[in-house]
Amino acid sequence: MTAAKPLTVLIADDTKTDRMILESIVKKEGHLVVSAENGVEAIEVYNAVRPDIVLLDVLMPELDGVGAARAIKEAAGDEMVPIIFLTSLNDTDSLVRCLEAGGDDFLSKPYNRFILQAKIKAFSRMRDMHTTMRKQRNQIQLNNDHMLQEQAVAKQVFDNIAHSGCLHASNVRYFMSPLAVFNGDVLVGALRPSGSMLILLGDFTGHGLPAAIGAMPLASTFYGMAHKGFSLSDILQEINQKLKSTLPIGLFCCATMVEMNFKRNYVRVWNGGLPDCFVYRAKAGTIETVKSSHLPLGVVGGKDFKDDSCYLELEPGDRLFLWSDGIHEARNASGEMFGEERLVSVFDKVSDGEVIFDSILNAVQKFAGEGERDDDLSLVELSMVTPNNIAQLQDHYGSTSARGLTEWSLSFEVKAGSFRYFDPLPLLLNIVQSVPSLRKHGGNLYTILAELYSNALEHGVLKLDSALKKSADGFLKYYELRTERLETTTGSVTFGIAHKLTSEGGVLTIQVKDTGDGFNYKKYQRKDGNLTYSGRGMNLLNDLCRRVEYKGNGNEVEIEFVWQDDH
Amino acid sequence: MGIRTSYSADTNFLTIAVEGRFDFSAHQEFRAAYEEADPQPAGFNVDMSETNYLDSSALGMLLLLRDHAGGDGANITIENCSADVKKILTISNFEQLFTIK
Repeated sequence: MTAAKPLTVLIADDTKTDRMILESIVKKEGHLVVSAENGVEAIEVYNAVRPDIVLLDVLMPELDGVGAARAIKEAAGDEMVPIIFLTSLNDTDSLVRCLEAGGDDFLSKPYNRFILQAKIKAFSRMRDMHTTMRKQRNQIQLNNDHMLQEQAVAKQVFDNIAHSGCLHASNVRYFMSPLAVFNGDVLVGALRPSGSMLILLGDFTGHGLPAAIGAMPLASTFYGMAHKGFSLSDILQEINQKLKSTLPIGLFCCATMVEMNFKRNYVRVWNGGLPDCFVYRAKAGTIETVKSSHLPLGVVGGKDFKDDSCYLELEPGDRLFLWSDGIHEARNASGEMFGEERLVSVFDKVSDGEVIFDSILNAVQKFAGEGERDDDLSLVELSMVTPNNIAQLQDHYGSTSARGLTEWSLSFEVKAGSFRYFDPLPLLLNIVQSVPSLRKHGGNLYTILAELYSNALEHGVLKLDSALKKSADGFLKYYELRTERLETTTGSVTFGIAHKLTSEGGVLTIQVKDTGDGFNYKKYQRKDGNLTYSGRGMNLLNDLCRRVEYKGNGNEVEIEFVWQDDH
Repeated sequence: MGIRTSYSADTNFLTIAVEGRFDFSAHQEFRAAYEEADPQPAGFNVDMSETNYLDSSALGMLLLLRDHAGGDGANITIENCSADVKKILTISNFEQLFTIK
């Protein structure tokens, strides 16, 4: 470092001999010298040359060293320009005045060249250090500005995703500290087509951008599936799988997910890794807790993940409180945590459920004071209300495509020429399964459609007698006749399928009509309308369907398949 | 905050003791404690007797250790937890993944 680059040194002294002595000392060290004869000139030279170090005589005409020092320091801004006063004064007051004016050091006359050289070196080092620091500070400032700007953009994207939900519903109140959003807290809410509400509060491991990243796949999976009618457990399974496969090990999401059914006044709560949520019973003024009984989302994959939820019946006016650990871990000035006891005492003090939400926030904020919060502060209140409070929201959903295919009907005729080449079952099953809740019934629905179709085709259109199949020879005969008659038939089979939602789930109605002669179903009919007849796969159909009803002369059958919401 | 390690007499087990707050600031040191262990032990003990606080990034670090030690087949015991530490492990249901004593 000693063989440093030459510095430019400004020497301002009105005494020519003194100036020349100094110049020669400084030049010997290999530095460049610029000179001035008074304070005003010193300022001019400074502005023109921007030297690295300034040596100023205190007593000069026009403007003294103290005045020049002030002006030079001001012109330098946050750049460090060491100023060394040259003085024959040695009374304390004068020296103090020099330093107060912005001087960094002084050198007494007569000059000692070794001391001067040492001082120039020392100040040069300090100046280098200062320059490095300033560069780094500017870099940090730049990075920080950049990061804030990126966060603003990311937040906007995030808000757009979050706002497609139902967090504005009148029974939902929430608070998320601005810090919380980008430290990995996430809140999403949506109405299912059936009118029940799904809410998920999550807290990703760690802080900052890595924690916030996981919120994206979570939110898009949640909204994609909730609007299509998938259940709480389907959505949890999918989010868990997605997080498990995309997030690095060690990054996961503690979460509470709630489904509220307003028609039947119950909630389901799944809690994996968040603090106990509280259920406030309005009438009794009591609280119950729902403990975390699962691993957080994204920790284990596949069948190790458990989606079973806790079922609670609520009355209108009852409230559910969800929170991340930010409330429990909020610290006061002496490092103490807010804790669950203080939280419970907030509930103890209120007599009106309406004020709990604000009371909690006030209590936490008062406790933490102005101190920095450790974690992210998120609080959600969900109130049980009557269905008409939600109806308006649902209309809004109904008007968007988000609702998916739920109420529909179709008529589909398979004509003679197609029987041999075309199997209508996969096509029909595919349409039926566009209702998400029917997907898990795919196996049964296939069986039902297959039985109905083969009845209509073989016994109806092709007029084959199932009694034939009782012997091995007859069985062969049966299929020979089937192939033969498929060539010549002129009949057709018509499907009529309709789906509608109910408060408990939905009903799928399937009608199948063939052009055959039918059969005398009336002699098998029981009082409840179902048949005692065991042919034509009737036992199976009776098992799988709520209602199996023959119509007309037996060439027409109608069944109802009923599915229940949730699990 | 500090991390100390010690082997059992037969070097089959490595004990990692975490002192003070177990949070993101311990990340490098905790990771080095098991990654740089030579020889690699058959099992790990995480000693929490001197740990007074655990945050969610510490839970993440425990999962990283579990992955390092063989995932589902990992042999990891978390021991000497204070009530507060135990509570955090319990809320996250980590007893399903680790032996907690």
